[in-house]
Amino acid sequence: MDLNDTPQQAEYRSKVRAWLDEHKAQAPEVRGTRAGAEDDAYIDARRRWQGRLAAGGLAGVTWPVDVGGQGLGPIEQVIVGQEIARARVPGILDVIGVGMLGPTIIAHGTDDQKARYLGPMLHGDEVWCQLFSEPAAGSDLAAVQTRARAQDDGSWVLNGQKVWTTNAQFASFGLLLARTDPDKHKHKGLTMFALPMDAAGVTVRGLRQISGEAEFNEVFLDDVRLPADAVVGQVDDGWRTALTTLMFERVTIGLGTDGLGYKEDRFARAIAGDEDARRDPEVRKRLGEIGVELLAIKFTGYRTLTALQKGQIPGPEFGLAKVTTVNAAIAAGELIADVLGPDALDDDEQWAYMISYLPGLKSAGGTEEILRNTVGERVLGLPPEPRLDKGVPFSELRAKEKEASAA
Amino acid sequence: MNLALSDEQEFLREAARGALSRIETIKAAREALEGGELPDLWPTAAEAGWPGLLVDEDRGGAGLSAFDAMLVAQECGRVLAAVPLLGLLPASALLQAGGDESLETVAAGELRPAWLPARPPGDVVSGWTVDARVGKHRAPAPRATVDGDGVTFDGEVAWVPDAPGADLLVVVGADESGAPVAGTVDASAAGVEPVTRYDATRSLAHVTLDGAAGRRLAVTEEQVARAWYLAQTLLAAESLGAVEATLEMAVRYAKERFTFGRAIGSYQAIKHGLTEVLRRQENARSLLYYAGWAFDDQPTEFALAASAARSAAGSALDFAARQDITTHGGIGATWEHDAPLYFRRAQLSRRLLGGAGDATDRVAAELLAAA
Repeated sequence: MDLNDTPQQAEYRSKVRAWLDEHKAQAPEVRGTRAGAEDDAYIDARRRWQGRLAAGGLAGVTWPVDVGGQGLGPIEQVIVGQEIARARVPGILDVIGVGMLGPTIIAHGTDDQKARYLGPMLHGDEVWCQLFSEPAAGSDLAAVQTRARAQDDGSWVLNGQKVWTTNAQFASFGLLLARTDPDKHKHKGLTMFALPMDAAGVTVRGLRQISGEAEFNEVFLDDVRLPADAVVGQVDDGWRTALTTLMFERVTIGLGTDGLGYKEDRFARAIAGDEDARRDPEVRKRLGEIGVELLAIKFTGYRTLTALQKGQIPGPEFGLAKVTTVNAAIAAGELIADVLGPDALDDDEQWAYMISYLPGLKSAGGTEEILRNTVGERVLGLPPEPRLDKGVPFSELRAKEKEASAA
Repeated sequence: MNLALSDEQEFLREAARGALSRIETIKAAREALEGGELPDLWPTAAEAGWPGLLVDEDRGGAGLSAFDAMLVAQECGRVLAAVPLLGLLPASALLQAGGDESLETVAAGELRPAWLPARPPGDVVSGWTVDARVGKHRAPAPRATVDGDGVTFDGEVAWVPDAPGADLLVVVGADESGAPVAGTVDASAAGVEPVTRYDATRSLAHVTLDGAAGRRLAVTEEQVARAWYLAQTLLAAESLGAVEATLEMAVRYAKERFTFGRAIGSYQAIKHGLTEVLRRQENARSLLYYAGWAFDDQPTEFALAASAARSAAGSALDFAARQDITTHGGIGATWEHDAPLYFRRAQLSRRLLGGAGDATDRVAAELLAAA
């Protein structure tokens, strides 16, 4: 076991560190508590900083060289992340684009699409958003109802609604999953599109969360017209394209969970100044339990990294790391507010934002319950829950659902 | 970055599994509960070279690391094998640290040592303490009176793993100033009172020292503390092995048992319970890796890592043992079933070596001290 860099990794790290030392004065501030998603000037500064990072080779680290990336492995991506954290500067703005959607376009897009979209995405000139979830399609993503109808001239007309869309308020494009054939069963009649967010008929509306801040958006599509070449991958094969995105989502989360700052040492510091709390057995028991969980996650991360380095793709079991992190952070928020008192719930305090943010995070990227189903089935090999939607055309399925809920 | 088992470690683990597969340890565990004699697995350990695991090669040992020892303990835990590692390995680590004359005979398996657990001071309780006979109270460590290279101990240490049958006791006491003193005492010079166990695979004794004289070990306070944390990781490793066994048992049953026309493993209530076992199991495994790495490469974090591993593996086993029984339904709570043997293991383990709650408290102590 060795947590140190190999000589090549150490050399890469010192190169990255040197670049950051030279350029970090140009970086905007790190906003630890709030995303700053509603501050236009801040977002612009983050875009410019992403452009600098890309020019310095610190964005798109794992992208192939021929599309502007560095062609390196996940370990180098992690080294960049660690050095960016060490330099106390923000990382790239468009984590969703560069981490998940770009790699999807690289895997499934045409040469024209790659040439058009990837460069501006990487440099932060055009931010992307992920238009997958809908009000009635979250954990059950293949239930999307946004409808794309083929026109005689080969173009498409889209109608529907997307939700939980991060960055939509300033995104230039969205990668959108829509239903193109409702008479096929649900996984078969889907198609992926690249949607310009300024297209006529696209409306973005902020969705305020518990904290009061709009971290997400709703996106409405009313007769939005898209050309034939907006299709990413094959028509009616959008589920396969979506699975690629979800796989990269796991990798992105697996490599970047440090970013949330849910760390045992930070939580300990929050209460260490209170002499009574330090000696209170109940406080100690709770802090100890939280510390155990978060330390475990740190080293689970190193195990994930080791697997990635050996060319293995993280499986659904790594999703359990998210369950652990979120629940430990929830427990930490409760403990810290118990020790600090109601002041911790004040809006100006950093803990208020975390406490408000976590209930939603529990369901982000798939609810805890769905995740446990997936892990139970794919990792433990337990039999799946019986399903009523297998092999049923989507249009019939919808009719059945309506009938059942009316009864 | 490489946080994975090496080929040599995989081999060591396979070899341990192979050696233990030749003994019917689960059957022995049940027979011992029914009043039978618990088979002595010291010869198995000696044949496998485990007494010398942590002893340097030039003193006749294998010169392996604490993490290698944890892998062996994990395999023993999987099958509830009564191999006396908890007594042996911390003892051999202290004998090695002190360069004691008994090292070669211990490494050869000819002399059987057992360590008397003593818990380093914490940030709330000062002074070296030991487990007491009753309740979760601590008793002061035995009083050590040093005389040149010799030392005399007075006091009692309760719930000492693997003391019955040991030839040599490695005792940790405290001198007048409260500083720890380690020494070796011939077992015949101490009162070793074997105690009945809820988990019959554990060999335990209360040990009384009444002017018990022996050789003083030239070890530092840090080395004495390390023995305690090493024992915590071994108990954690054993527990992880037991969690693996119960999870496999429960998953197998959840696939083959049908109710209402479905395998019970298809119900979320069962599935989510078992994924929770998996989650806790993998967290405990990650922390054992942390402890194994820290022992060699980051000794200042070993107390934190070992305490966290003990806490995680202990609660994982508590949860897993109950989940195994629940998954099986009533049959899982019957005498003939294996699940209760693991439940008994969980129940006793969490109360040994300071208790699992103490390990969790030490995680808090380490985090607060560093904050």
